[in-house]
Amino acid sequence: MTTRIAEIWVGLFVAGGIAALFMLAMKVSNLSTYSSDSGYDVTAYFEDISGLKVRSPVTMSGVRIGRVKAISFDKQRLSALVTMEIEGEYDTLPDDSSASIYTAGLLGEKYIGLEPGAGSNDCEEFSLDDSGEIKIEETKNTDCKPSTLHQGSEIKLTQDSLVLEKLIGQFISKFLDDDKNKKEPAK
Amino acid sequence: MINQIQSLGHKGLDFFQRLGRAHILIVDILKGLPVLLLRPGLIVQQIFSVGVLSLIIIVVSGFFVGMVMGLQGYNTLVDFGAEESLGVMVALSLVRELGPVVTALLFAGRAGSALTAEIGLMKATEQLSAMEMMAVDPVQRVLAPRFLAGFISMPLLAAMFSAVGVLGGFFVGVGLLGVDDGAYWSQMQSSVDIYDDIYNGVIKSLVFGFVVTWIAVFEGYDAIPTSEGVSRATTRTVVHSSLAVLGLDFILTALMFN
Amino acid sequence: MDENKTLVKVRDLKFARGGRMIFDGVDLDIQRGKITVIMGPSGTGKTTLLRLIGRQLKPLEGSIIVDGEEVTTLGHRQLYELRKRMGMLFQNGALLTDLSVFENVAYPIREHTNLSDELIRTLVLMKLQAVGLRGARDLMPAELSGGMARRVALARAIALDPMMIMYDEPFTGQDPISMGVLVRLIRNLNDALGLTSVVVSHDIEEASSIADYIYLLSGGKVVAHGTTEDLANSDSEWAQQFMNGKPDGPVPFHYQAPPYAADLKID
Ligand SMILES: Nc1ncnc2c1ncn2[C@@H]1O[C@H](COP(=O)(O)OP(=O)(O)OP(=O)(O)O)[C@@H](O)[C@H]1O
Ligand SMILES: [Mg+2]
Repeated sequence: MTTRIAEIWVGLFVAGGIAALFMLAMKVSNLSTYSSDSGYDVTAYFEDISGLKVRSPVTMSGVRIGRVKAISFDKQRLSALVTMEIEGEYDTLPDDSSASIYTAGLLGEKYIGLEPGAGSNDCEEFSLDDSGEIKIEETKNTDCKPSTLHQGSEIKLTQDSLVLEKLIGQFISKFLDDDKNKKEPAK
Repeated sequence: MINQIQSLGHKGLDFFQRLGRAHILIVDILKGLPVLLLRPGLIVQQIFSVGVLSLIIIVVSGFFVGMVMGLQGYNTLVDFGAEESLGVMVALSLVRELGPVVTALLFAGRAGSALTAEIGLMKATEQLSAMEMMAVDPVQRVLAPRFLAGFISMPLLAAMFSAVGVLGGFFVGVGLLGVDDGAYWSQMQSSVDIYDDIYNGVIKSLVFGFVVTWIAVFEGYDAIPTSEGVSRATTRTVVHSSLAVLGLDFILTALMFN
Repeated sequence: MDENKTLVKVRDLKFARGGRMIFDGVDLDIQRGKITVIMGPSGTGKTTLLRLIGRQLKPLEGSIIVDGEEVTTLGHRQLYELRKRMGMLFQNGALLTDLSVFENVAYPIREHTNLSDELIRTLVLMKLQAVGLRGARDLMPAELSGGMARRVALARAIALDPMMIMYDEPFTGQDPISMGVLVRLIRNLNDALGLTSVVVSHDIEEASSIADYIYLLSGGKVVAHGTTEDLANSDSEWAQQFMNGKPDGPVPFHYQAPPYAADLKID
């Protein structure tokens, strides 16, 4: 009888512990943002990524669509190479999308925001006709699709992280210049 | 002078002998675990006295620690206009550090000392000897279930501590101080990592559970079988396991977060 | 002596504690099916001897053979197998304090057999009946008197019907009636079940009434041994002093100490 009560309590205890672990995993941590089927990797070069971290969010129109998978330094190009993992379901991003590093709030975390491009595609053919005008022709190729970002593609258009120190530095020097300009005519 | 050196040497030898005995004991306990799994009733009984009975103190402390963190964190963050990050601060400190460490310290005081006293008294009243003569190995019958129960209970208690603490922070931050509800959770979710933070926190509490129950069980088993011996052993359990937890926490943190 | 009739054979046993020799060459034979009483002044190491036979302590030197097995070198598993065939009644009972009287007696049965609850109940009640405590089955050890606790411990020691039982001072703390019952119980168990009994006792009258053979220990040695009559008629000073309870004689009343006067700092 007493063992029964003890067993019930232990059952509740273990269930409570597991529920707590579950809550920590689902509600407190980013487990829910890990998609089950892995997405595809896209790379981009940035001149300055300061503040961006592995697992920082990648968003489009403010919606998280992936996260930063790896950050490394490219010795040849002397710039940072960022690998992003985009979730598999977002497979229609135009390949001329651009990537910028933003800050959430003034002091918040850095994240990458993607902006969709117009979408280059191979469906049209450019050619100069005899009169020297550009002629756009639909290709006969029937299975042409607008080309999208896919595993291994690179985002060419990037904009760097706004670094607060640099910004303040620029602001101060501009302010000093203005000051000087104002004082000069008074002389 | 010579005497002091000698007493130092004596203490050193004593220390290493105890360490040796502790290691022999843990090997014996671990050897007994497979057999123990055939008798889950014993483990359930011990999880009750080691885990369930520690529940109240853990949950209440967790809630208060979370509330204090909510209050302190808010006061610090509001100066920077960053009170939205309150959830991050509360959750990260709890999951990485306070959850495992404070739980282990409370556990050492609540359950560890009780384990030592119980085993020490069983030794002092010859109950362990009597078991041996009944061909029941006290290491397997008495120590192993208690050890396993502590090892299982610790991570569960630490998880509950952290979870309740996050709720405590929520209660103060969102409920009383008016931090945005959505921001509290979403900022937390974007900054707390399942692997880096939660998983490592669980590993920590597993290590602490192992060490604290090991110390508690050993001190009881190794106690001088008198009332004074048992009372000293109980004190030693609390002191040694607290120090071990804090020291190990530093080492684990250095290994995990670098 | 017929080898087969000797259950426990102790040879040249040496044991020290805290730098003091407790046993310095003890030889002892315990016959199967007999009651052997070990007597000696308090602190000579009677309890220690029982613990050495049960291998709770390891001797410095010498051999202890129980039922053909050398216990001093026995492996863990064989030792526990051997212990299943030994019962021991501890000086203070040593009941498991978190279990009731009933569960205490049931404990070794539950640990070592897979008998049904029904059968266990029957067995336990039989053992408790034998020690006259069937009515106390639901009490906790803390609610028992010292004498009752020892009787419960006795019921527990015989729960598995061992081949040998070692009683550490079974008579102390018993009133004359239960003492008589205990003496008869030990005798009956011994004769009916063919047990071998080793009884440690100070109580000359009771001990000699049940003893088939007596060993007298003192100063780390066997100082006299024989049947009750042998000892009573012996002209050994040791035997005379002990059997008649005389304060003076070769057995010292005092634990070894420097001269009294020196200790009190009297010149
Ligand atoms: N743990 C110990 N450490 C050191 N010495 C001990 C220890 N236990 C017992 N002794 C010593 O061993 C000797 C024998 O003790 P033991 O308990 O065997 O005596 P005993 O013959 O059973 O006495 P009694 O009749 O009073 O029960 C004692 O002199 C005691 O001082
Ligand atoms: Mg004794």
